[in-house]
Amino acid sequence: MTLLEELGRFFPPGRLLHKPGELVPYESDALTAFRARPLAVVLPESHEEVVQAVRWCARHRIPYVARGSGTSLSGGSLPIDGGLLIGLNRMNKLLRLDPQERIAVVEPGFINLQVSNAAAPYGLYYAPDPSSQPVSTIGGNLAFNSGGAHCLKYGMTSNHVLGAKVVLPDGETVVLGSESLENTGPDWLGLFVGSEGLLGIATEITLRLLPKPETYHTVLAAYDALEKAGEAVAAVVASGLLPGAMEIMDSLAIEAAEAAVRAGYPREARALLIVELEGEAPQVEAEARYLDEVIRRSGAYEVRVAQSAEERLKIWKGRKAAFSAVGRLSPDYIVQDGVVPRSRLGQALSEIERLSARYGLRVANVFHAGDGNLHPLILYNGRVPGELERAEELAGEILRLCVALGGSITGEHGVGMEKKAYMPEMFSEADLEAMRRIRRALDPFELSNRGKMFPGGEAPALHQAGPHPLERAGIISRE
Amino acid sequence: MQHKIDVEKLGPQGEIMAHAIEACVHCGFCLPACPTYQVLGEEMDSPRGRIFLMKEVLEGNLNLEEAQPYLDKCLGCQGCVTACPSGVPYGELITTYRAWSETKRHRSPFQRLFRIGLQETLPYPARFRAAVALGRLGQPLKPLLPPLLQAPLELLPNQLPKAEPLPELVPAEGEKRARVAFLAGCAQQVLQPGFNHATLRVLAHNGVEVVIPKGQGCCGALAMHTGERERALRFARTNLEAFAGEYDAIITNAAGCGSGLKEYPLLFHGEPEQEKAQALAARVKDIAVFLAELGLKAVPPLSRPLKVAYHDACHLAHAQQVRAEPRRLLRSIPGLELLEIPEGELCCGSAGTYNLEQPQIAATLGERKARNIIASGAELVVTGNIGCFTQIQSHLRKLGREIPVLHTLELLDRAYRQSPILPGR
Ligand SMILES: Cc1cc2nc3c(=O)[nH]c(=O)nc-3n(C[C@H](O)[C@H](O)[C@H](O)COP(=O)(O)OP(=O)(O)OC[C@H]3O[C@@H](n4cnc5c(N)ncnc54)[C@H](O)[C@@H]3O)c2cc1C
Ligand code: SF4
Ligand code: SF4
Repeated sequence: MTLLEELGRFFPPGRLLHKPGELVPYESDALTAFRARPLAVVLPESHEEVVQAVRWCARHRIPYVARGSGTSLSGGSLPIDGGLLIGLNRMNKLLRLDPQERIAVVEPGFINLQVSNAAAPYGLYYAPDPSSQPVSTIGGNLAFNSGGAHCLKYGMTSNHVLGAKVVLPDGETVVLGSESLENTGPDWLGLFVGSEGLLGIATEITLRLLPKPETYHTVLAAYDALEKAGEAVAAVVASGLLPGAMEIMDSLAIEAAEAAVRAGYPREARALLIVELEGEAPQVEAEARYLDEVIRRSGAYEVRVAQSAEERLKIWKGRKAAFSAVGRLSPDYIVQDGVVPRSRLGQALSEIERLSARYGLRVANVFHAGDGNLHPLILYNGRVPGELERAEELAGEILRLCVALGGSITGEHGVGMEKKAYMPEMFSEADLEAMRRIRRALDPFELSNRGKMFPGGEAPALHQAGPHPLERAGIISRE
Repeated sequence: MQHKIDVEKLGPQGEIMAHAIEACVHCGFCLPACPTYQVLGEEMDSPRGRIFLMKEVLEGNLNLEEAQPYLDKCLGCQGCVTACPSGVPYGELITTYRAWSETKRHRSPFQRLFRIGLQETLPYPARFRAAVALGRLGQPLKPLLPPLLQAPLELLPNQLPKAEPLPELVPAEGEKRARVAFLAGCAQQVLQPGFNHATLRVLAHNGVEVVIPKGQGCCGALAMHTGERERALRFARTNLEAFAGEYDAIITNAAGCGSGLKEYPLLFHGEPEQEKAQALAARVKDIAVFLAELGLKAVPPLSRPLKVAYHDACHLAHAQQVRAEPRRLLRSIPGLELLEIPEGELCCGSAGTYNLEQPQIAATLGERKARNIIASGAELVVTGNIGCFTQIQSHLRKLGREIPVLHTLELLDRAYRQSPILPGR
């Protein structure tokens, strides 16, 4: 029996894909700079089928990658050449919703936004709101500890996951966490969240739901300089207010968002700041007066306050579409995801502006200013020889800048393929070794998402100049 | 997305395809909007996956036949276009690609015959009538026929309404506010001649003089969307002639025909008639848009309150981005409560001849749409497209729910004439 025939015992033909036409669409996630063709793709529909797929991999020492919606921006769900890709998008059921306990139990392919939709009739919602929330899966969110605009106040995915059923790389099933916030013993779940698919595959996830805020106060402030917007954020933080979200977009991002969804932003602004207060009406009202004062003093030349739910949604729609909308301005771009201390936002932004000029590449900025999470989008044209390399170099410089300012190389998009070469800039060799040992304790053959997150390994780092040996051998390619 | 497509070799059509592929950043925002991804749950049947497949074929890395099954399953509904933040003109891509690939792909003689059969009947009212009659004769043979032929028989109506020829000119009632040309459509004239008569009455009542130019024919959308470019060009040339006069607008009352006319610039890209095609496309307006802009004369109140769901036809909502205007017209009918259909942006599965070529997916989507309509609590559904009308009506019936379906203009016409809206009341 061939390997595939054996796999075929567990998966019918429509859910075991291996022909070129079936595999091509799975070759990349949202970072198309990398491509690899897996041996096969399976589309399990139950926990048991995931176990069978993982056991098959363990039996034959075949590396595998879990995939949700494939919106990773760091190559996290990039397949492994000759490995198995386990697509979880069909495991998309809501298993239980308990409004009393305020929890939802979902399969890993359940879409983030659907959680809030399902909870809405009970006045509840799921707080983490990555811009990709209409598309990205809870499994992917968990693996990357995804965050969004509103994580400033409520925390990232890790703060909202109570438990997970996980298939370990040897095919065993464990249940991590529980339905309650209080747990004894080591925080295994905490270790799993954000582990980028290296420690196993979650097949059932218990999420915490929150009561929907009674009211919002959404302010849109326009500035004639990016730095001023950055300073405004520092001023809001210093004032002691804790907004639900604080986001900045620069002029390129504004242009793209306007082109995509006509959000009605002031087009000539060099920077826009969105600040949103949320909570009970009397409290929001009191805070709003204070916030308006702080914004007024920050040098904004135009301030708008959303007067209705529609106006609020419109403001957010532009922000949430901004990433992909940048595709309208440039055939190619690299999204970076670094973190700097909020107090140094202004400095980081003017430094990025300087770098952008030096490299002769446009950089659009749209980011979670409230927690210092930058998302510079480096625009380039891959068809101009050398531009991709320059863009990658610039991306690297920006990450180094973040570390130098006391921040981090990733806020929420994960390390994946893209940033593994930068791990040593943030972690000492001893730190990395400790991480490797944890991984090998669970996965001695490094089957689960092999080649990601850790520096070295068999896949190239994005910043390397010239083709990597594996590229020359035709095993991977970047477009 | 970067590509290595040899644009020069492919000519003007190559530019269109390369441009669309370039704009895609592979972000996946289109996945939830794609009916086939929702139903089939695999990346090959998603917009992003299809773009990737087309790119690989055009670059010469993938055999055309390998990609074909997934591209054939695309409804052309353009739900992905609405969802895409990056502005990928997917509709232009798939239409152009289908024309490009049609000449190169393998089809069995039987499939070819079937396709030619459709192309030679549907766009011609007289032939279509004859075919329906023939089809009824064929009903008893249905179980013996190959599946490809069973689907069309299933969709044929039991009885066709009488043919009611249209005049060449309908004068405006009262003060003349505008003068327009009207595209009568092809299959719609046979299946639901009432749509056109209702439309003409409402236009006349609102002071619009309507010319129905002689010599017009099928808009060509059917041929265009199935890769029959030469045939589409023939139809389109006829219409460029027929609609050459001076009009305030060229009106369509079938979403598919409206978007078909608006696609003429794409069809004629690189042809001598390119400018003419642009001029024509610029004047095309769906009836709902035209009336909403003109401003309706007051509509008398309904005899009793009525809950109405408006179904967005893909070729209005996605292909022409027309959503607000039909709703505005409906809201101007006093006593009418407008309801939204859950998952309203998802295609009903009709999609031109799709329900004939991919009957299973079409049926799944049709049933899903019917269930959503029932869930909306509507007493009546209205829509602006003949294809959706037929599909929705048949799937509501299959579920045993006789919620009546009307064209938006039929409802408006009945409201003006104060005739009963629902049958038997
Ligand atoms: C336009 C755009 C905007 C974005 N905005 C944001 C944002 O605001 N905030 C943010 O944090 N991210 C954002 N992202 C990145 C991305 O959407 C998130 O990382 C998301 O969590 C990925 O989900 P997914 O379902 O697409 O996962 P995939 O991309 O399929 O997978 C991501 C990782 O998770 C692993 N994985 C998937 N499912 C499981 C599972 N069940 N168990 C274990 N591991 C699993 C994969 O192996 C991979 O390593 C954005 C992406 C795009 C394209
Ligand atoms: S939403 Fe647009 S850019 Fe994103 S993958 Fe789909 S088609 Fe491509
Ligand atoms: S046109 Fe419709 S079916 Fe085709 S890819 Fe787009 S959304 Fe999917």
